[in-house]
Amino acid sequence: MTALRLAAVIAGYRGRIVVRDVSAHVPAGSWLAVIGPNGAGKSTLLKSVAGLVPATGDVSVDGRSVAALGHRERARLIGYAPQTPSLPEGLTVTDYVLLGRTPHLGPLGRESRSDLDLVAGVLERLDLTTLADRPLRTLSGGERQRAVLARVLAQQAGVLLLDEPTTGLDIGHAQALLELVDQLRKADGTTVVSTLHDLTLAAQYPDRVLLLDDGEVAAVGTPAEVLTADRLSRHYAASVTVLTGPDGSLVVAPTRR
Amino acid sequence: MARPTRLAWWHLLITLVALLAVTVGAVLLGAIDLGWQRVLAEVWAQLTGGVSPLSEQESAILWQLRMPRVVLAGLVGAALACSGATFQGVFRNPLADPYLLGAAAGAGMVVTIVVVLAPGAGVAFLPAAAFVGALGGVALTWGLGRSTGAGTATLLLAGVAVASFLTAVQTFVQQLNTLTLQQVYGWILGGLSTGGWSQVLSALPYLAVALTVLCTCSGLLDVLTLGDEEAASLGVRPGVVRLVVLGAASLATAAAVSVSGLIGFVGIVVPHVIRLLFGASYRVVVPLSLAGGAIFLILADIVARTALAPAELPIGVVTAFTGAPFFVLILRRRQS
Repeated sequence: MTALRLAAVIAGYRGRIVVRDVSAHVPAGSWLAVIGPNGAGKSTLLKSVAGLVPATGDVSVDGRSVAALGHRERARLIGYAPQTPSLPEGLTVTDYVLLGRTPHLGPLGRESRSDLDLVAGVLERLDLTTLADRPLRTLSGGERQRAVLARVLAQQAGVLLLDEPTTGLDIGHAQALLELVDQLRKADGTTVVSTLHDLTLAAQYPDRVLLLDDGEVAAVGTPAEVLTADRLSRHYAASVTVLTGPDGSLVVAPTRR
Repeated sequence: MARPTRLAWWHLLITLVALLAVTVGAVLLGAIDLGWQRVLAEVWAQLTGGVSPLSEQESAILWQLRMPRVVLAGLVGAALACSGATFQGVFRNPLADPYLLGAAAGAGMVVTIVVVLAPGAGVAFLPAAAFVGALGGVALTWGLGRSTGAGTATLLLAGVAVASFLTAVQTFVQQLNTLTLQQVYGWILGGLSTGGWSQVLSALPYLAVALTVLCTCSGLLDVLTLGDEEAASLGVRPGVVRLVVLGAASLATAAAVSVSGLIGFVGIVVPHVIRLLFGASYRVVVPLSLAGGAIFLILADIVARTALAPAELPIGVVTAFTGAPFFVLILRRRQS
């Protein structure tokens, strides 16, 4: 169980500040979705937690500030899957997922039998066993996203950062992937922070939602608290209605102006 | 249990048998037929301290001419193929070759200048000149790439700029001194000279260090293929890895160029053949390219020495002439 805390995080690229003063607490084993309009700084916020962009402020995992940790140690605590992961096409699924073990390997990079067993277990959980020896280039979109998730899971980090994990997936595959993330997090007690584009999905899966606009936290709370028609219209410059679905979950629907 | 793409005992077995076979072939073939039974007896005599069946002259042909040349061909081939595989990994570009960052252009320019300044006496300095030129070219590219940005695309473009600039200087110097043209051209076409063991020994220390580094870091090349951000999220520092492996690959290339001139094709084709046959993980591609490059260049040198005997073909011509059809064959078989 791993809790994540951000305190006054400011991040950006080469003199351009993209994320301004974000503080948040993500309790161990919970799921926080970061939403917001294009260019709000969602991806940059995730990257700053993973230590991939210059940032000030403090990120701590279970009370330990990650700034004080080495690269490998940090990688053992925080796993990250980018929005458009680059898949080395010729590698097999097994080879690719094994790369997730990198922060756990010794200086010569030799993986042990337990690393291989762990990867086999991850492949089985994600229903990838039959694809284990296939080159990545032969996989469909949904299979690729599962392979990326498998690579991050093989990292065995307590905190998972998933940047738009449903990019390019149809509604069924998107649902299947998010269900999978939810099951895995509940089984392992993993803390998940993901950006999500689809607001209806953002209302259904995460415990809490953080609305980011122009790099600042505009609202944070449960999906019902954050996802109001008024607030979404204001920050997305959109015309939306928030309905209640038959199962009581929220549905964010666009309306014609 | 998951089965990753890794070096297996049968890889090593195939490699050793093939390497042994081409070495034996290369030692036996030549202008003077030494006879395989007598060569075998000679090797046995050397190992056990017995009486040599060969005359003094024959013994010199075997141990001072053919053996060092085979070893040199093997070392140069290993260096070029291993460096080529590394460059392809770092730049995530299948067409990258060891000469990409200005090693060839740098060596060519400095060699031309030395030949022009000291037409006769300069020959002895050509290996050193080529070595310095190759490393200088790469250093220039690295410096230029770093000053304009840290990405691999910038480095690649800096390499193109440096290479065309140095080649322009070389062409200019050559045009002013057309009498040296043949000597420079002969060097550029590449050849394994018969300098005996001294050339092997001069290149060996650099190659040993560089190739050890490249084989050790081959797993990190797989991580680099994920791109800088993902590599960093796995605790790897991409900038540092690039500096180390490109440095080692350039050192190996410079050492190879200094003793053999510019031999093309090996650095691109051998890694691709290995990839098609054994898988795309650099953990397999780098070490097997080392062996495959050695085997390929020893074979190419046999052809270079024997095809038009007693005249000798430039080995760079042979590598392209034999390697290209072979590559197409592998590519077609793989697709069908």
